[in-house]
Amino acid sequence: MSYIKKPRLDLPGQLTNEIGLLKRDYEGALSTLCAGCGHDSITAAMVQALWELSMPPEKVIKLSGIGCSSKTPAYFLSGAHGFNSVHGRMPSVAVGAHAGNRNLVCVGVSGDGDSLSIGFGQFGHAVRRNLNMLYIIENNGVYGLTKGQFSAAADKGSKSKKGDINQWKNIDAVSTAISMGSSFVARSFSGDRDQLVMLIKAGILHPGCAIVDVVSPCVTFNNHPGSTKSYTYTRDHYHPASQTDFIPPASEIKVSYAEGTSIVVELHDGSKLLLKKADSGYDATNRSKVMRYLEHQRAQGEVVTGLLYINAELPEMHRIYRTSATPMKDVPFEKLNPGSDALAQLQARMR
Amino acid sequence: MSEIRVNDFVLKIGTVNGTGSASANGLLLKALFRMGIPVTGKNLFPSNIQGLPTWYGIRASHRGYMARSKRVDLMVALNAQTYQKDMDNVTPGGFLVYDSTWPRQRQLNRTDITVLGVPLAKLCNENFSDARVRILMKNIAYVGVLAALLDIDTTILRSLIEETFASKPKLVKSNLKAINLGFNYAKENFTCPLPIRAETMGDNSKHIMIDGNSAAGLGCVYAGATVGAWYPITPSTGLMDAFKAYCKMFRMDEETGQKNYVIVQAEDELAAAGIVLGANWVGARAFTPTSGPGISLMSEFIGFAYYTEIPSVFFDVQRVGPSTGMPTRTQQCDIMLCAYASHGDTQHPMLLPANPYECFEMAVSAFDLAERLQTPVFVLSDLDIGMNDWMIPELKWDDSYRPDRGKVLTSEDVEKLEKFYRYLDVDGDGIAARTLPGENAKGAYFVRGSGHNKHGMYTESSEEYKDLVDRLLVKWKTARTLVPKPVVMQAEQQTSIGIIAYGSSDGAVIEALDELREKGLHADYMRVRAFPFNGEVTRFVEKHETIFVVEQNRDAQLRSLLILETNTDARKLVPVLHYSGMPMPTSCVVEGICEHLSVKDVA
Repeated sequence: MSYIKKPRLDLPGQLTNEIGLLKRDYEGALSTLCAGCGHDSITAAMVQALWELSMPPEKVIKLSGIGCSSKTPAYFLSGAHGFNSVHGRMPSVAVGAHAGNRNLVCVGVSGDGDSLSIGFGQFGHAVRRNLNMLYIIENNGVYGLTKGQFSAAADKGSKSKKGDINQWKNIDAVSTAISMGSSFVARSFSGDRDQLVMLIKAGILHPGCAIVDVVSPCVTFNNHPGSTKSYTYTRDHYHPASQTDFIPPASEIKVSYAEGTSIVVELHDGSKLLLKKADSGYDATNRSKVMRYLEHQRAQGEVVTGLLYINAELPEMHRIYRTSATPMKDVPFEKLNPGSDALAQLQARMR
Repeated sequence: MSEIRVNDFVLKIGTVNGTGSASANGLLLKALFRMGIPVTGKNLFPSNIQGLPTWYGIRASHRGYMARSKRVDLMVALNAQTYQKDMDNVTPGGFLVYDSTWPRQRQLNRTDITVLGVPLAKLCNENFSDARVRILMKNIAYVGVLAALLDIDTTILRSLIEETFASKPKLVKSNLKAINLGFNYAKENFTCPLPIRAETMGDNSKHIMIDGNSAAGLGCVYAGATVGAWYPITPSTGLMDAFKAYCKMFRMDEETGQKNYVIVQAEDELAAAGIVLGANWVGARAFTPTSGPGISLMSEFIGFAYYTEIPSVFFDVQRVGPSTGMPTRTQQCDIMLCAYASHGDTQHPMLLPANPYECFEMAVSAFDLAERLQTPVFVLSDLDIGMNDWMIPELKWDDSYRPDRGKVLTSEDVEKLEKFYRYLDVDGDGIAARTLPGENAKGAYFVRGSGHNKHGMYTESSEEYKDLVDRLLVKWKTARTLVPKPVVMQAEQQTSIGIIAYGSSDGAVIEALDELREKGLHADYMRVRAFPFNGEVTRFVEKHETIFVVEQNRDAQLRSLLILETNTDARKLVPVLHYSGMPMPTSCVVEGICEHLSVKDVA
């Protein structure tokens, strides 16, 4: 439980990153989730990704809604401020936080209930504003804390632990986000650490709203035969459409790649994303082709993963607003307050 | 009517909404204001964009009364749909001006009023060619008619028009032409001025005309608010419009064109509340303007902010409820909702402005209080204050003012601590220090609406839970000492009768006190300006035997709050209620009090 102090072991030979921090400096409180929960693997990937990026912990804010997924921000990066908001409303708090201080690196963790049911509206509007954040949906197709009800992400025909068959079509976060005009949409699997770390890094560096839908099996309520969000089912139907490499600013692309099978996407800070196509002809920058491909694979029952769509040119919220570069919270009061003379002049027009 | 009444009359203008009568009415109001006469303008409009009846009432009162009067001394009836009703509303001895382009002898059959027909449409059709201009100029022409009938200074009208259309000289010409058409017709056909008339009096140069929403929006700019989030809702929309307009004026970097403000039109009120919390959490002053339905939607986040202690400012420009109610009518019906908004044990400071002057002042103090107390603070205005035109003393600003950011630890402060605990009450005032994200990893903490202890950690321990919520009660006591005190007006004579009111009911009570005194009835008056009630409120309640609680809702909500929070004998508190959706008239207060006292005398 979280009130038990996590043992901190100083092992010789541990690696430090560029800002001299160990990986354990990116950890948080001990997880209270069930043993084997997919969410814990995502947390571990988050720790790895933030450490690899040499992210100063205090520059990050971690936000979430309500549910098992939303507990996880407590389990990584204890040096960052966290905000466990109300159910389905994490995106609005992120909008406010980013409005108030645009320099913060915003990591949002949500779940399928949190983003696709109660918070469907806010999810859509975070995408629409292209809020500069990483938005992870830890997707297990089930309400765990209330003991196993289907969520809106549960596939039609999938079976609950109690044996009920889901009658409703699922809401797919990936195709929904793409159709709403998202600038960055990825899907991954909690069991694929390497892919996940890469997508988290890419999502954090992407200058806009990076949606990462992660299939994350619930070992207690959704890991049985007949579930389409179990470890077994996901592994059997796992289909990477692209593989991402992240190239920091001012580094050369050393990875070998064949012309026509890869795409290089340059981000605003000069870093690059190298997308290797698993399926020939897959183009993550072409929205209509992506939609067609996803629909085709869905019909085959495949869980397509990787960075599925990207458009690094879409302006994020502050670029559209033309907000000053200084974070709002740091603008000196003298610049915000017009003063008594201005008030007098203004009122001359009110007579 | 033969009695001459100078600077003491009520005009009402009935038109169709969407025809551009607002500028004509504004012109009349400003002209009277510049003649030094105390005036107020109240708009009665439908929840509709075009085609429905709308009225504008102007009250001139040399005594300075601001309340709505039920009298109509002069009605300008320009809406055929409402002719009959408009005529019925004229006080006996009063006047009715109508467009006689289409004579309506049969309808206009009252003998106790004077009917003045002016062929407004005909005059405009003969003098202007463009169809839209004809409609607009018809409005300006009735200003000319009223200028003649009421003896309004035409040089003032001329300069007002010249100022308004300074950049469009063509419009100055056409507007002046329309004024003259009406003015000359009235002069040639009627005995001008009428017994009710205007006369240049005092000096209004230290006053302004403004609505409460504009004043509150301006207050947010002066308070240093940088983030505004909202979802459009009548009657609060004008507040964000004003904030935006003043930000454009004062908050743009001239060189770069960059903005020192962020205004987010949210997807709904839930999101607006979330945005306000997020921005305040990171240290930017943020607010949302809304109305009752918005508060209902925001309630979950309001409770969250109370429990996690995030400063936040909510403006509730009240309108008629319940549900959608009557969106364009006024009430004071959310005081109970806001006092305890959200599930669980919650209570929130409220500021209760009575006019635009206080909207400006209280907008500023709301941010200071919210940050000092680290809690949601409500400013409860209403449609009457927010959207109507009020004459108020000019706004003052003290350039030495600096925002009270409350207990915020800097990165350096945090370094000096052995360890930072978010909810530890070090000073004994119930307020713990907070840190801001982005500054120091040592000051990092986790905001959570679930059970947490004084160290900021998750808890399900009964003791730790109680420890925290009990500390919030200590903070509530501190709030009592920080909120604005009530305004008390002592009667000339010792009296056991008291009146309590708040917000826009003030004007009616002020006028009622004079009328009651003329009837030999003396009462002390206390205007409550904030919640929680401080000691002065309790003492006033204790000191008087009979207290009339005057307010604009059906259920006597302020009275209920007083009973709950002051432990007073409920029988002492007599409700005087007005909840028709129209601004409270003075007569309601006088009649309510007289009725109760005479009943008691008989018994």
